[in-house]
Amino acid sequence: MLLVLLVVVVLNFLMLHLAPGDIADTIAQTMGGADEQDMAELRKQYGLDQPFFIQLFNYVVRVALLDFGHSHFYNLPVFDLIMERFPATLLLVFSAQILSLFVGILLGVYAAQNPNGLSSLFVNMFSLFGYAAPVFWTGILLLIAFSLHIPIFPVSGMRDITIESGNFFVHFFDVLRHLFLPMITLASIFFAYYSRLCRASMLEVLGADFVRTAKAKGLSKKDVLLKHALKNSLSPVITFAGLSFSAVVSGAILVETVYSWPGLGTLAFNSIISRDTPVLLGILIFSTLMVTVGNLLTDLTLKALDPRIKI
Amino acid sequence: MLENEEIEEPTIKPVKEIFQTFFKSYSAVTGLIILIGIAVMGFIGPLFYPTDPFDMVWMPFSPPGADGFLLGTDYLGRDILSQIINGARVSIAIGFSAALVSCFIGVGIGSFAGFYGGWVEETLMRITEFFQVLPTLLFAMVIVALFGSSVLSITLAIGAVSWASVARITRSEFLRIKELDFVLASRSSGSNNMALIFRVILPNAAAPIIVQSALLVGAAITFEAGLAFLGLSDPNVISWGQVIGSNRVYILDATYTVTFPGVAIFITVLAISLVGDGLNDALNPKLRSR
Amino acid sequence: MEDLVSINNLNIEARTRAGTLKVVNDLSFTIKKSETLCVVGESGCGKSVTALSLMSLLPEGILKVSSGDILFDNTNLAQLSEAELEGIRGNDISMIFQEPMTSLNPLFTVGEQVSEVIRRHKNLNKEKAWVSAVELLDAVKIPNPDKRAFDYPFQLSGGQRQRVMIAIALACQPKILIADEPTTALDVTIQAEILALINMLKQETGTAVMFITHDMAVVAQMADRVVVMHPGKKVEEGTVHEIFNNPQHEYTRSLLAAVPKLGEMASKKYPEPMRLVGEKKAKALKPIVGTNEPLLKVNNLVTRYPVKGGVFRRTVARVHAVEDVSFTIMKGKTLSLVGESGCGKSTVGRSLIRLVEPTSGDVNLDGQNILSLNPKDMREARSNIQMVFQDPFSSLNPQRPLFDQVAEPLRNYGTVKREVLQDKIGDLFDRVKLPRSFMQRYPHQLSGGQRQRIAIARALALNPKLIIADEAVSALDVSVQAQVLNLMMELQVDLGLSFLFISHDMAVVERVSHDVGVMYLGRLVEIGPRPSIFRNPQHPYTQDLLKAVPIADPDKRKLERDLNFKPLPSPIHHLTHDPTPSEYKEVAKDHYVLTTDCGY
Repeated sequence: MLLVLLVVVVLNFLMLHLAPGDIADTIAQTMGGADEQDMAELRKQYGLDQPFFIQLFNYVVRVALLDFGHSHFYNLPVFDLIMERFPATLLLVFSAQILSLFVGILLGVYAAQNPNGLSSLFVNMFSLFGYAAPVFWTGILLLIAFSLHIPIFPVSGMRDITIESGNFFVHFFDVLRHLFLPMITLASIFFAYYSRLCRASMLEVLGADFVRTAKAKGLSKKDVLLKHALKNSLSPVITFAGLSFSAVVSGAILVETVYSWPGLGTLAFNSIISRDTPVLLGILIFSTLMVTVGNLLTDLTLKALDPRIKI
Repeated sequence: MLENEEIEEPTIKPVKEIFQTFFKSYSAVTGLIILIGIAVMGFIGPLFYPTDPFDMVWMPFSPPGADGFLLGTDYLGRDILSQIINGARVSIAIGFSAALVSCFIGVGIGSFAGFYGGWVEETLMRITEFFQVLPTLLFAMVIVALFGSSVLSITLAIGAVSWASVARITRSEFLRIKELDFVLASRSSGSNNMALIFRVILPNAAAPIIVQSALLVGAAITFEAGLAFLGLSDPNVISWGQVIGSNRVYILDATYTVTFPGVAIFITVLAISLVGDGLNDALNPKLRSR
Repeated sequence: MEDLVSINNLNIEARTRAGTLKVVNDLSFTIKKSETLCVVGESGCGKSVTALSLMSLLPEGILKVSSGDILFDNTNLAQLSEAELEGIRGNDISMIFQEPMTSLNPLFTVGEQVSEVIRRHKNLNKEKAWVSAVELLDAVKIPNPDKRAFDYPFQLSGGQRQRVMIAIALACQPKILIADEPTTALDVTIQAEILALINMLKQETGTAVMFITHDMAVVAQMADRVVVMHPGKKVEEGTVHEIFNNPQHEYTRSLLAAVPKLGEMASKKYPEPMRLVGEKKAKALKPIVGTNEPLLKVNNLVTRYPVKGGVFRRTVARVHAVEDVSFTIMKGKTLSLVGESGCGKSTVGRSLIRLVEPTSGDVNLDGQNILSLNPKDMREARSNIQMVFQDPFSSLNPQRPLFDQVAEPLRNYGTVKREVLQDKIGDLFDRVKLPRSFMQRYPHQLSGGQRQRIAIARALALNPKLIIADEAVSALDVSVQAQVLNLMMELQVDLGLSFLFISHDMAVVERVSHDVGVMYLGRLVEIGPRPSIFRNPQHPYTQDLLKAVPIADPDKRKLERDLNFKPLPSPIHHLTHDPTPSEYKEVAKDHYVLTTDCGY
């Protein structure tokens, strides 16, 4: 896990190094041009005149000390900026992931009982939809629907600033109301994947020898399905959910941009517009961290599910 | 015959069989026809509908159908129909070439990892795992933001971040197939490693790789649209995602400016995934024998 | 005696893409209380489907009873509701299956899986059910049942899992136990134990047994009465003595003729082809003499695999797959290596042509030391030794036509000019008795036996001196197996080939070999001329192995108390483990027995 983060940091540095133009150029641009001497001064100030490996080492050390640089657009340390936005993204990513897994498994199990029935058709259609519709487009469609036609959920931001007082629960439900649309949008794609996968894996398990054994024991259909088959069919779904974590984070960036959800996604969007590279790189490191933690949780779940897996 | 088991079957080549299964599926054929239609629209369409997508031809926000513009005009008064026709070319080109890049990297890494095992596999799979953990969109954003947004850099960025799934599938297929007796038989009849990898194992591993690659084409198209939506697109060419992205601010005033290009993406990717499903059914020997 | 099960005019149809297919055709038979009925037939004859229909467990939408009825205890099963059937399954009728590896749920402990069926049918609470589950595990002779009950299936060996399945099946004292090829996937010593266990439990509980198998030797061991099936139909029924001593139907006779019977070669010095029903009688069955000129000499062969582990994937232990093995193969003769799974016999074969790299030793082929060759010379040397593998379904490349597959070695070595390639391949097809019209076919259009012939043709292409046949006939039905064995023996005579025949089947080995080596845990425990080994086995393992083999003769049954096999120790050892070299004692001419401790 630490290794992954280290590699991301090194990769970041490499890209910075290889990219045309450096920090000095960017700063010079925002200042409206600078002469050769000022540029050299700037480069020295940022350590750009030192040998490659020293620069790399310095960069890694700085990141390890949680110094991700300075945002010239917000004029704040990148770390502070990210910490301020991080919880919102975390909330969105994990709530969408859990929701889609839960509903996906439920529907997948239901559909598998009748492989040619209506529910199976629905799962297949929906998974096609989930794959084909770009998540930001789904978001925009929902946003149009809920702002112009059925305005019951807020379509922008995370809090209602008119609510100033009130206890914890008032704020909690306020955030929940705001969370609803972004969460549904993000969950819709992954729900489609998970339900389809769960249906397929359930169908495979239902053909397995040990399911035949369970039936031969005289167990009822419900016991065979929910006790013997379900537990075995979960592993591939959970594994896939783990692999999907990075895709969920990617999706969250687009969804946040659509709904102005104040997380890392909108921050990334703004930093692209303002060419605020240090912020973008910081976000990359943080979201990688989030995905690694997600993967770790997945591994632990799998371990709890299957006695054969050792970590 | 000598044996009690009788197999009476005309001699058909498996490839032919695959095509037959594929073309028997209505949804797969529909998908293929739509896909070809869209490609034709993108590449020949401009000849029949010569309006330049960058030209400001009329007032901004003219609704669809009014004033002679079938799909209306955008915030700068540009013809949306023309943008969609011309955007098809870029979206499809980027989709296919990015998938090709991923396929190339993924098959290379996956096959060598699966075939050689040991430290080669260890190293290559660590790299693959790393790319699986990396939030792909963010990484591509960083690449494009740093190296500039041209069609080439976008294609390479998408290709460079999406190959992990191909590598995993290729590797697991190689691990499975290399243990099969016909590979050992081929080795003991004098085939060298390269022949084993490319002539013996890879053709047998092709089915899931092809299916995955087909899906990658669709994923790459949505990926490009996502980047364009965030403002990271080549300003010199028009793509569907870019149309949505540039009108993003005005969605509530002129919903059609984002709906139509979205529909175009949706239909294209849907067609690709229908083709992918068809390929899967046709190539999967387990399903075929049923 | 009273009929427990009576099947009347049963027809079962399979729904396929091509239309409906009759799998079971107008089948009638009865099973009496506490008798063992064996249903025997080759793959695809409908025997397993019949068993599933008795459980009312035919897979929905694929197989369907189209007419006829099944009476169990005078009740027509077709008239029962699903809930009533659930009350019967596992309670009055229970079943064990072929694959012990996949028949248990991998995610529950075996204790849970045994007590589940007790709780389902006996209304016991959790604790009491667990206690009787442990008792059942003890009854099927699982050591330390109170501890093993907490194990997951993957922690048990194949034989132990099958014992657990038997415990589940017998938990509610069923009136009938259906056993569908319960020992086919198991080693011969474990098979003997499981068969004896079923017999013993049957005697104790008085349950009837419907035993489904393809193996006539197993039938002889188990059956009171026998039903012989041949594509979907019953061709013969009778007591076990009637079937074996006086078979009426031609199919039963051909089946019995194709089974090699252990001991029938005792009077013959050299192997000879089998006499098969339906072949021309005129063909003389000549013994295969061979020569006494050594072709391949193997000295002190050792092969060990590293076991990697830990964070840095370092070698933490080694699998001692082959440990100090030496033997010689003569020109024109067959040496068989026999032993149970995991004994290292396949690894020996693969080490010889360096498909796995041996750790140390000497392999000398006609004066050339194979292990010291560089890759280029090794490639040349490989053309002298070719392999035929076990699984006819994976030994051919599914993507290429048969012509290309047989031609592959010739093209790789460039020994044959393109113009004559066609003729050469044609000759090879003739040799293995396949029509030349098959050349453009693909493997999936062939039956198992035909595929094995192609594999043999491919092995012959380079005119090798030695063919390593690794379980080459194990996956085939007996009648096909006999044909392929005869073909191999014919080729041996015609071409003067030598064979290294690797097999687990003692009866087949007795039929084809000049010399036999018995392997256990990586060591060759006994080696010598075939008649001497079979007549006078000296090593305790060889003796037990021969004792375990079921004999296709109902008068030679084995009893539980006769069998006392030791469990196989692990071949994985710590890096520092340095095994003692193998020492042998000559007990008869050329007949050597291991004196070093091999763990048995």
